[in-house]
Amino acid sequence: MSNIPNELRYAASHEWVRPEGDGVYTVGISEHAQDLLGDMVFVELPDVGDEVSAGDDVAVAESVKAASDVYTPITGEVVAVNEELEDSPELVNSDPYGDGWMFKIKASDASEFDALLDAEGYENTLEDE
Amino acid sequence: MTSTTALHAKHLEAGAKMVDFFGWDMPINYGSQIEEHHAVRQDAGMFDVSHMTIVDATGPQAKAYLQYLLANDVAKLKEKGKALYSGMLNEEGGVVDDLIVYHFDETNYRLVVNSATREKDMNWLRSKAEGFDVTITERPEFAMIAVQGPNAKEKAATLFSAAQKEAVAGMKPFFGVQAEDLFIATTGYTGEAGYEIMVPEAQAASFWQGLLDAGVKPCGLGARDTLRLEAGMNLYGQDMDETVSPLAANMGWTITWEPADRDFVGRKALEAQREAGTDKLIGLVMTEKGVLRHGQKVKTENGEGVITSGTFSPTLGHAIGMARVPAGVGETVEVEMRKKWVTVKVVKPSFVRNGKSVL
Repeated sequence: MSNIPNELRYAASHEWVRPEGDGVYTVGISEHAQDLLGDMVFVELPDVGDEVSAGDDVAVAESVKAASDVYTPITGEVVAVNEELEDSPELVNSDPYGDGWMFKIKASDASEFDALLDAEGYENTLEDE
Repeated sequence: MTSTTALHAKHLEAGAKMVDFFGWDMPINYGSQIEEHHAVRQDAGMFDVSHMTIVDATGPQAKAYLQYLLANDVAKLKEKGKALYSGMLNEEGGVVDDLIVYHFDETNYRLVVNSATREKDMNWLRSKAEGFDVTITERPEFAMIAVQGPNAKEKAATLFSAAQKEAVAGMKPFFGVQAEDLFIATTGYTGEAGYEIMVPEAQAASFWQGLLDAGVKPCGLGARDTLRLEAGMNLYGQDMDETVSPLAANMGWTITWEPADRDFVGRKALEAQREAGTDKLIGLVMTEKGVLRHGQKVKTENGEGVITSGTFSPTLGHAIGMARVPAGVGETVEVEMRKKWVTVKVVKPSFVRNGKSVL
């Protein structure tokens, strides 16, 4: 069974979200998602300063198998992106919840986070797939 | 109905991710397809290719039959064990399948054809055999393991008997030899040196384990695809099929036109295609971010085409592909990627050989 940390929230489109305090949230893709995609070869990230709305496709995870859009689960401003992924996209495979993070958002509406799936809710969506 | 090879349990034991491959439950990777790819380019990797179909063609007219069946001419094969790559065409000049044929003598040949087209191929081989004194025998009792990479031969040899070592000593590329219970061939689908070894099913698992113990890395279908594409080798069903002429699939070199009175299936159609001109299969290289993919549209100054195979090349670190396009394209074409048109460089469809870029 896929690793789904309890302390994170999830979108049904396989992104995870971690609150960092001060209304900032880190976003990446789940272990299940990286496993489906296989070896990552490119990650295209948004620009710092971009204003994004929940559900926008803001990044692309491109693996040997397919190019997959990554959607932001949170509305706000992009305040950081993981530049390590430029040279080491495989971090998304090896450490999806850690060094493989993608971008950080300063949320304009904190209630969006609370509306996301918890670990159990996300696991249920995987069982339905 | 899902089929499994004699090595299925070994794949599960190694934690392989399994996928359905035209009715066969096969490993796509054992963790990382890119690591597997590099193992073959830099050291030694192995593939379970037992799903491929082995067929013997024997009898007084085996040679005449194959001269009629294949666009390439088995008359070229003089030395015992020499192999030939050929398309098997239909009357319209499309490719029914591509295959390797090994010549033992003029009454005894072995063919290896694709698994995805097994039933169609067997029907085709048998129907074309009518009127020839030849026997077509499928050999499902063999498993087949491809051991590929710069250190593959040396590592495989640790499992060979003295007689087997002697049988393969000095064997040139594209030969095969039956040595005791193994059929050992210097063929492959990766652009590296190595062997394809047919082994009786009952011994397959222990032979695989022996290769593992010798330090050969198991590799799945994912790495097999990126390796063959880097080597510029066609994949049946993707780069050509029954509707595609070998002339439009970079297989012109596999057609033996002379002698002109050798009648082979599809010859008339092929001559007409040669006269009229056909599309061409070209290589594509894109060094920007992104990956060329099967099915992407291609625009050229002479009209539209399509990417037949595309991937990220682990050896080169950027995208490569093959595309079927109108003849006479220039140095670049445009490829539609994720709703944008990107300029991509045209090259010969061969990218990596023996671990090195040939671009």
